[in-house]
Amino acid sequence: MTVILGQTFTGISIGAVLLLIALGLSLTFGQMNVINMAHGEFIMAGAYTTYVLQKSIAGAGISLLVALPVAFLVSGALGALLEWLLIRRLYLRPLDTLLVTWGVSLMLQQLARDVFGAPNVQTRAPERLTGNITLIGGADPLTVANSRLFILGLAVAAVASLALTLRLTPLGRRIRAVVQNRDLAEVSGISTARVDRTAFFLGSGLAGIAGVALTLVGPIGPTMGTNVIIDAFLVIVVGGIGQLRGTVIVAFVLGVLQSVLEYSTTVSVAKVLVLVAIVAFLQWRPQGLYTLRTRSLV
Amino acid sequence: MSSASSFPRRRVLACGAAFAAVVALSACGAKTDAAGSSEKAVKADVSGDTVKVGLLNSLSGTMAISEVTVRDSLRLAIDEINASGGVLGKKIQPISEDGASDWPTFAEKAQKLIQNDRVAATFGCWTSASRKAVKPVFEKNRSLLFYPVQYEGLEQSPYIFYTGATTNQQIVPALDYLKGKGLKKLYLVGSDYVFPRTANKIIQAYAEANGMTILGEDYAPLGSTEFSTIANKVKASKADAVFNTLNGDSNVAFFKEYKSAGLTAKSMPVVSVSIAEEEVKSIGTQYLAGQLTAWNYYQTTEGAANDRFVKAYKARYGQDKPTSDPMEAAYTSVHLWKAMVEKAGSFDPEKVKAAADGITFDAPEGEVTVDGPTQHIHKTARIGRIGTDGLIEEVWDSGGPIEPDPYLKDYSWASDLS
Repeated sequence: MTVILGQTFTGISIGAVLLLIALGLSLTFGQMNVINMAHGEFIMAGAYTTYVLQKSIAGAGISLLVALPVAFLVSGALGALLEWLLIRRLYLRPLDTLLVTWGVSLMLQQLARDVFGAPNVQTRAPERLTGNITLIGGADPLTVANSRLFILGLAVAAVASLALTLRLTPLGRRIRAVVQNRDLAEVSGISTARVDRTAFFLGSGLAGIAGVALTLVGPIGPTMGTNVIIDAFLVIVVGGIGQLRGTVIVAFVLGVLQSVLEYSTTVSVAKVLVLVAIVAFLQWRPQGLYTLRTRSLV
Repeated sequence: MSSASSFPRRRVLACGAAFAAVVALSACGAKTDAAGSSEKAVKADVSGDTVKVGLLNSLSGTMAISEVTVRDSLRLAIDEINASGGVLGKKIQPISEDGASDWPTFAEKAQKLIQNDRVAATFGCWTSASRKAVKPVFEKNRSLLFYPVQYEGLEQSPYIFYTGATTNQQIVPALDYLKGKGLKKLYLVGSDYVFPRTANKIIQAYAEANGMTILGEDYAPLGSTEFSTIANKVKASKADAVFNTLNGDSNVAFFKEYKSAGLTAKSMPVVSVSIAEEEVKSIGTQYLAGQLTAWNYYQTTEGAANDRFVKAYKARYGQDKPTSDPMEAAYTSVHLWKAMVEKAGSFDPEKVKAAADGITFDAPEGEVTVDGPTQHIHKTARIGRIGTDGLIEEVWDSGGPIEPDPYLKDYSWASDLS
């Protein structure tokens, strides 16, 4: 029983990591139709931001808290810059964005290698996050790691803020209008160029937050973005492109699936089985879990 | 209509095909480079005042955490030899190449060092996968590789000198130690490639013959950072100890998760065979203090040769830089090569090999002797406990150098392994 509960929690925590890395991408890829291969490098930028802040601020706990807004701004600014320099010229050529942003991702990796050195680096987790809390005591206790709870909280907070921004704010309404019908939005007086850039800023900023979370799990290196980008794309595609709801559900389902399969088989076999499940699912529903219905002619 | 389905299907396919083609081409490129050697072995270039040697280490990627230190140590040894007059009157000129934690790259760079740079010998590699990748390159070109890291044994190449431990000098003594302490139920965790899988086969055979139980065996892909499930499995198994053959900075993620799961060096000690002082420093003592390691050398190993080595290394690379077992074996390998070359009176690999048997060196780990037939060296096994200062304190040693036995011929339980 404890094992099942423990594994479910592990699955949820893997799901939370997946959700964080996919969330920003669901905005830039899903809502804006830009295949941003550099998204992983924005995650890396967030992680290195945490590292730099930890080097300059003494307390690990404080530096982590400071890192969250700073990483959001750093990665967001990188994203906005990328949008302004390159992507805005390519909105009608979605597949070209793949090649361009792939090039940018390679350049960012090399930049990180030149600035921080090729070997991976680590941050120290705040003492409070290295322990665990006991949910069920007794001879066979169920414990959950504090760092994982923190990441889960972070994921929930990020999803909530994104959902509220999209639903309740004027900016969110404008983003949704542009997604559903770009031309109509434009003639209604919405500056689509500004909306695009802001959406890109938000999506990339969320990548920065994911980078902060990943420093609690493993090492920080120039190629850490490439390691997670495939998972992020999988979550978005299976969830239904542009669908926040689908992203959230699929992230947690894949996380739990991965952890349950990993427990009963091995890490590598579980990875294969998850991919097979995804392929089978996409045969059945090529459009993903959810799809957006609009009257747009595009 | 959904904005997503506005991708024209044909363009998607075309792009996908182009992408696949690029990937396939780059893979081919690596292959032809590695395999496209000439029939005849290229002679090393020793015509000038210098002799070139190759340094082949991962300076980037998941293994860089470990291998950069080996490169630094090799350079130290080369500088020392150059300062004292070189080898056969020639100064050593190191050519450093980055294997990038990627096995095809290792093969490609080995080929480049032998063919283009015409090095007299090459020092480096860490993972067994990289060694297996370069082995045919060195054999085909009849050029020498000095390999400085402990490994899984069961291998013998005429063109490789193994200066790290083989299993009977590290893993078997570690198991003897655990058995002696009454820790008989083990859980095995390793990276998913040749060294951990072979090492764990040996551990399984040992356990069966010595009344120990293996409760579970788990592998994570090299570079993997998701260890929550493995930590849960290890915890649920209630083992006495964990035998850890993870390589590179997967260890960072593993030990973070291990501590998060509430497991400690007291409740379930971990014996690691691939974490040395440099890795301890970057993983963090908050995760590692109290855990065990099995090696042949620690920075704290006593002896005048080690005092000199530690002092020289710190003077060159910084007082906060620790020395470790693979660094020591790498340092020793350059000095052993020098001694072999001088005994042979030639840089020719065949003559160097012929001169190798019985060569000794007063190494930081104690005096080592080359065993000609196996091309391994006699080494002392040492178990250490990681301290809060990041150094490893010796808690047990084998009392003297152990003769190398890469195929475990002297152990009856190992008869089915090779």
